[in-house]
Amino acid sequence: MLEIGRLRVFHGVIEAVHGIDLCVREGECVALLGPNGAGKTSTLSAITGAARATGTIRLAGRDLSGLAIEDRCRLGIAIAPEGRRVFANLTVRENLVMGGAIRRDRRALAAEIDSWFQRFPVLGERRDQPAGTLSGGEQQMLAIARALLARPRILLLDEPSLGLAPQIVGRIFRIIEELKAQGTTILLVEQNAAAAIAVSDSVHVLSNGVVTRQGPAAAFGDGSGLMDELTGVHG
Amino acid sequence: MDYLIQQSLNALSFGAEYALIALGLAIVFSIMRLVNFAHGEVIAFGGYSLAVTGTLLTGNPWILMACVVLACMAVAVVLERVAFRTVRGADLTTGLLTAFGVSIILQNLFLLLGSPRPVAATQFIFLDRTLTLGPVRVSSLQIYETAVTVAAIVALLLFLRRTTLGMALRAAALDFEMVRLCGLRANRVVAGAFAISGFLAGLACIFIMARRGSAQPHMGFDPVLSAFVACVIGGFGSLPGAVLGGFLLGIAEVAVLILLPQSAGGLAHAVVFALVALILVWRPDGILSPAREKGDKL
Ligand SMILES: Nc1ncnc2c1ncn2[C@@H]1O[C@H](COP(=O)(O)OP(=O)(O)OP(=O)(O)O)[C@@H](O)[C@H]1O
Ligand SMILES: [Mg+2]
Repeated sequence: MLEIGRLRVFHGVIEAVHGIDLCVREGECVALLGPNGAGKTSTLSAITGAARATGTIRLAGRDLSGLAIEDRCRLGIAIAPEGRRVFANLTVRENLVMGGAIRRDRRALAAEIDSWFQRFPVLGERRDQPAGTLSGGEQQMLAIARALLARPRILLLDEPSLGLAPQIVGRIFRIIEELKAQGTTILLVEQNAAAAIAVSDSVHVLSNGVVTRQGPAAAFGDGSGLMDELTGVHG
Repeated sequence: MDYLIQQSLNALSFGAEYALIALGLAIVFSIMRLVNFAHGEVIAFGGYSLAVTGTLLTGNPWILMACVVLACMAVAVVLERVAFRTVRGADLTTGLLTAFGVSIILQNLFLLLGSPRPVAATQFIFLDRTLTLGPVRVSSLQIYETAVTVAAIVALLLFLRRTTLGMALRAAALDFEMVRLCGLRANRVVAGAFAISGFLAGLACIFIMARRGSAQPHMGFDPVLSAFVACVIGGFGSLPGAVLGGFLLGIAEVAVLILLPQSAGGLAHAVVFALVALILVWRPDGILSPAREKGDKL
C-alpha cells in the first residue's frame, strides 16, 4: 500500500531523516518506534507532504512526489497528528465534518459521524461544544475519528498515547486493534514500545534519522530489548 | 431627544462602515497573517466599476449594486491570485509591503486610466434622503447602512457555521496546515476568504458611493485606515473583534465630535487615537484578541 524508499527529510537545511526504507502492506499495522528527535514525525510529515523530502513515496503504486498536502489526502492519506491538533474553536461535530470534507456522499458521512458518536459517547454528548474543551484522551479519539472520516487508504498515527493516563492509553490501543481488525492499514508512530508492538505486524526502529532495527513484531517480544534504542542511549 | 437619536444613528452608521471594512481585513488576516492595505483599492475599484457600468450598461441602481459587489469580489480574488499568492507563507513584513505596493500600483492605475479628479457616479445617491419620522429627522442612508451591516454580519455568521468552506475558514485561522491535511485545497480556502472580504468591501463601496457620488483613486484609503484601527482595537484577526472595534470607533468618533467644543474640532482625531492608545494599554492585543495556538500560515 505504502512504499517508501531512500527517504530523506529536511527542515530548512537540516536533514532529519537520512534515507530510510519502509513498507506498509494493505491491512497491516506497522510500528515506527524511536526516541525523541529520531525523525518519526519528520517521516510522517514527508508522507503527508508537510515537510520537504527526497526519495520515493508511493501509495498504492502511485508516486506522491511533488503533490500538495491536500492532494495526498485526496489520494488516501490521513493523519491523526502529533499533539492531536483538533480545531479547538470548532465544535466536536464540526471537527468531524472537516475530516470528511472531501467526501461527496453527504448523507453517508452524516450517518458515519453519528456512528462515531455511538462508539465514543463522550464525543456524542459534547458534539456541540468546542473541541478545545475536550480532555486529551477525548481529543485523541476525535483526531482519529476525524482522520478516518476521510476514508483513507492508510491511517498515520503520531504518538496517539502521548501524555495520556494509563487506562486511556489502553483504550486508545484497543481502538487501534479494532481498526486493524476492520482492515484499516495503519502506520503507527509510538514511544510506548510494548503496546505498539502488541498491535503491530512489523516494527521499524528509528534512531537519529536512520532505521537501526526492523522485523516482524514477533521478533521484538514485549519490546524490553529495545530499551537502549528508545531511551536514546547511543553506544 | 431627536439630537440624541440623530447622533446615535451617526455613530452606528460610521461604526457599520468601519465594521464592514474591518471584517474584510480580519478574515484575510485571520488565515493568512496578511494585513491587506490594498483593501481600500478594492473599494475604489468598486467605485470606478460603478462609473463605468453605470454609463455603459444600465442605469438601474439595483443591477449596478450587484455589479459593484461582484466587481469588488472579483478584484479581491484576482489580487490574491496575482500578488499575494506569491508571498503566501512569507513573514508579516513582506506581506505588508506587498499590500502597500499593490495599493500604490492600483491607485496609480486609477490615476492613469481614470483621472486624478473625482469621476462622477451618482446612481446611488438616491439612497441618501432625509426621513422625517415624527419629530425626528434622520438620514435614510444611515439606516440602510446600519441595517445592511447587521444583515451582512448575520449572513457571514451563518456562512461560517453552516458551510464547509466557512468551517474551513474558522479552522484555518487556528491551524491552516491541519485544514490542508483534511484535504481542503489551500487555494480555495484563501480565495474564499478574499471573496468574502471583497463582498464586504462591495457593500461598503455602495454606501460610500451613495455619500460621495463620485469615485477617486484614494477614496478607499481613509476608510481602510480607520478599519485597520478598528481591527487593532478589537484584536487583529478576530472577527467579533473587528465588528466590536468598528462600532466602538464609530461611537468614539461621534462622541468626541459632540463633546469637544467647536473650536477644538481639529483635535477630534487626536482625541480618538488617544482613546485607542488607552485601550491598547489596557489590552495590548486588542479587546478580543484571537487564539493563536497554531500561528502557522501554510
Ligand atoms: N520544523 C522543524 N525545524 C527544524 N528542525 C526540526 C523541525 N522539526 C523537527 N526538527 C528536527 O528534526 C529532528 C527530528 O524531529 P522529529 O520531530 O521528526 O522527531 P520525532 O522522532 O518525531 O521526535 P518526538 O518523539 O519528540 O516527537 C529533530 O532533531 C528536530 O529537532
Ligand atoms: Mg514526533
